[in-house]
Amino acid sequence: MKTWLSRFGLVVALLCIGAALSIVKPVFLTFPNLLNVVRQISINGILAVGVTYVLLTGGVDLSLGSVVALSGVVAAIFAHPGDWPVIVPVAAGVLVGAACGGINGLVVTKGRVAPFIVTLGMMTAARGVALVVSGGKPVSNLGESFRWIGSGGVPVIVFLAVSCVSWVLLSNLRLGRHLYAVGGNENAARASGINVEGVKLFAYTICGALAGLGGVVLAARITTGQPNAGVGYELDAIAAVVIGGTSLSGGVGGVGGTILGALLMGVINNGLDLLNVSSYYQAIVKGIIIVGAVWLDQRKEKS
Amino acid sequence: MRVLHVLNVSKSFPGIRALDRVRLDVSGGTVHALVGENGAGKSTLMKIIAGLTQPDEGELLFKGRQFRPRNPHDALKAGIAMIPQELMPFRELTVAENIFVGHEPTLRFGWLDKNKMQREAARLLGQIGVPIPPTTRMKDLTVAQMQVVEIAKALAHNADLLIMDEPTSAISEREVETLFSIIGDLKRRGVSVIYVSHRLDEIFRISDAVTVLRDGQHVATRPITDTDRNTLITLMVGRDIEETVGPSATATGDVALELRGLTKRGKFTGVDLTLRQGEILGLAGLMGAGRTELAEAIFGLVRPDAGELRVRGRVVKIESPRDAIAHGIGMVTEDRHKFGLVHVMSVKHNITLAGLRGWWINRTVENAMADEQLRAYSIKVRDRNQLAGTLSGGNQQKVVLAKTLLPRPSILILDEPTRGIDIGSKAEMHAFVRELAREGMAVLLISSELPELLSLSTRLLVMRQGRIGAELDPRSVTQETVLRHAMPKER
Repeated sequence: MKTWLSRFGLVVALLCIGAALSIVKPVFLTFPNLLNVVRQISINGILAVGVTYVLLTGGVDLSLGSVVALSGVVAAIFAHPGDWPVIVPVAAGVLVGAACGGINGLVVTKGRVAPFIVTLGMMTAARGVALVVSGGKPVSNLGESFRWIGSGGVPVIVFLAVSCVSWVLLSNLRLGRHLYAVGGNENAARASGINVEGVKLFAYTICGALAGLGGVVLAARITTGQPNAGVGYELDAIAAVVIGGTSLSGGVGGVGGTILGALLMGVINNGLDLLNVSSYYQAIVKGIIIVGAVWLDQRKEKS
Repeated sequence: MRVLHVLNVSKSFPGIRALDRVRLDVSGGTVHALVGENGAGKSTLMKIIAGLTQPDEGELLFKGRQFRPRNPHDALKAGIAMIPQELMPFRELTVAENIFVGHEPTLRFGWLDKNKMQREAARLLGQIGVPIPPTTRMKDLTVAQMQVVEIAKALAHNADLLIMDEPTSAISEREVETLFSIIGDLKRRGVSVIYVSHRLDEIFRISDAVTVLRDGQHVATRPITDTDRNTLITLMVGRDIEETVGPSATATGDVALELRGLTKRGKFTGVDLTLRQGEILGLAGLMGAGRTELAEAIFGLVRPDAGELRVRGRVVKIESPRDAIAHGIGMVTEDRHKFGLVHVMSVKHNITLAGLRGWWINRTVENAMADEQLRAYSIKVRDRNQLAGTLSGGNQQKVVLAKTLLPRPSILILDEPTRGIDIGSKAEMHAFVRELAREGMAVLLISSELPELLSLSTRLLVMRQGRIGAELDPRSVTQETVLRHAMPKER
């Protein structure tokens, strides 16, 4: 009930901003512009859906941006024209991401190190590996079938597919229920026979895998594997999730809110672009929105 | 001269009246002992005097003046300090910093006057007669030394009244002697002490007067010279035995659970125990006797150091609650907020948490499971999607029971199943437990309420200081006898 209300609030906010924009700038409500909005949010959306899993367990993942760069580079290495069928670079990117996430999860559960520290370390290390693997240079000359992944509406379709699968997983699978339980009360989850370590490991691994997928889509879109790509992406992803009503302390929230959060960020970015607001000011507005959305959400919770 | 005067103080928590018009008079420069069973209201009374909680009604006079502390700081400023059973020092700070935390001596611009702090700390500790170097880090001290630092902290505030909650529960015999000589010194300097302990021999050694509480009510206050051990025990338990339905069926089935020499260092030692299907095995004991830890070890929340655990004759290794549940063991833990409920999830999701099977959740089946449990345990909810955290204590406890029973365990451990719940829910709980045993469930019941234990159990074990001290027959034994077996041995 409460999550439904907070989503409803987000929908209202989205509709109001959309209506205002279409009055001030009628071009906002045209199909090409709307497609542009969803295309621009699709990579952040994929990452945000991934980090939703981790945030639901009460953890955090700061390594997303670096994992995006690493998996983009690795995918690009396998994506030169005529080398491999397109499935190979895609799988390589996703697997590298999953491996990074898996390491995060293992150190968090077996090593009992705080997620903030573990993923901060991974953020630095994965960036280093990306630079080593690529020799510090962008990996270009990518095959046409690989570049297709980043073209037109394909990233949007990937984002939608990821969202649908995650939505079903979180709301209909026992594993999803266990994620909520672990985040809501880890002790009670353990006492109910839930494999808390396994659930957390799953969350970090799938988060890494989706970051890897995001890296593949990004590399395809910019037609290079960029070892310096993705800086700061983790924070945009976490921002979308918390705007969408998922609690940083875990146990509350879901993919639906995350999608709306990413959409809201995208629409506001697009609107400010249309209004010719400089990117310097856009950063200020984004900062205010992140804090404001969470502040409103918490006030609603208390009342 | 009366230093503290507590008059008709009452305090209720949801579903329970913790204190009912309690009075207490403490004279200057005396040690006043406060005794009673677990749940008699001692803690609540102490917390009210120390400002940790506020009374619903009643009056406190301290040194002849109206006194209503809103927080521990108020109480400390007025001259009342409390030394809790579980000390919570700032472990990374030094002894001197701990003594002066919150009222540090300063130079200009808030610059700490470390020299003065250390000088003063050394003087206070010297006064007490335990010279601990003021620059030692708190974490390097023993529990007894930490207590001394707490006492020094009280003296630094010129406290006239010191509340000590079970101060000897975690320190050695020699340290107890030191503590008692410190208390003697404090008395001579006019400081009063409220001394809470289960160890009656200590109370007879150091106190001047004793007050007995029972079920939140004042039972008696006596000069210590006017009473003896047996009288105190009788006063502590002397409630009218509730109408007991009498222990349920005595016919019992196969052995469900066997413990052989189960040991967890510092918690319990060499525990042998046999639990049969269809019996309710009561486990009595005081707080800290090791009952909860034993139950947690059976359920996989704590790993024992040694010993053997057999389920239906087979030796099993239980390393997590998941293993325990797989072997047909269920447990309702003592702390339902910490281990029982996920407060931010719905009642339905809480009930089915341990009972879902397979990968996919079939909503129709899940709803039916939840509804059946809601009906079977008469849990009152607006609807099954209500958040579990919004229920009353009794209903929360029934949700935990319903959750635990959904995977159909054959062994059920109940740790304080009726603590903090209203009388109605309590009676229902008792009925459920009897019914479960009649259907063949093996029940291990831990409770600090003797009437509950005596009326439900078919057999009764008493734990004392980590060991099974005695097996008693709940049909013939009196509460006094149980309590006598539970009291720590004379030192």
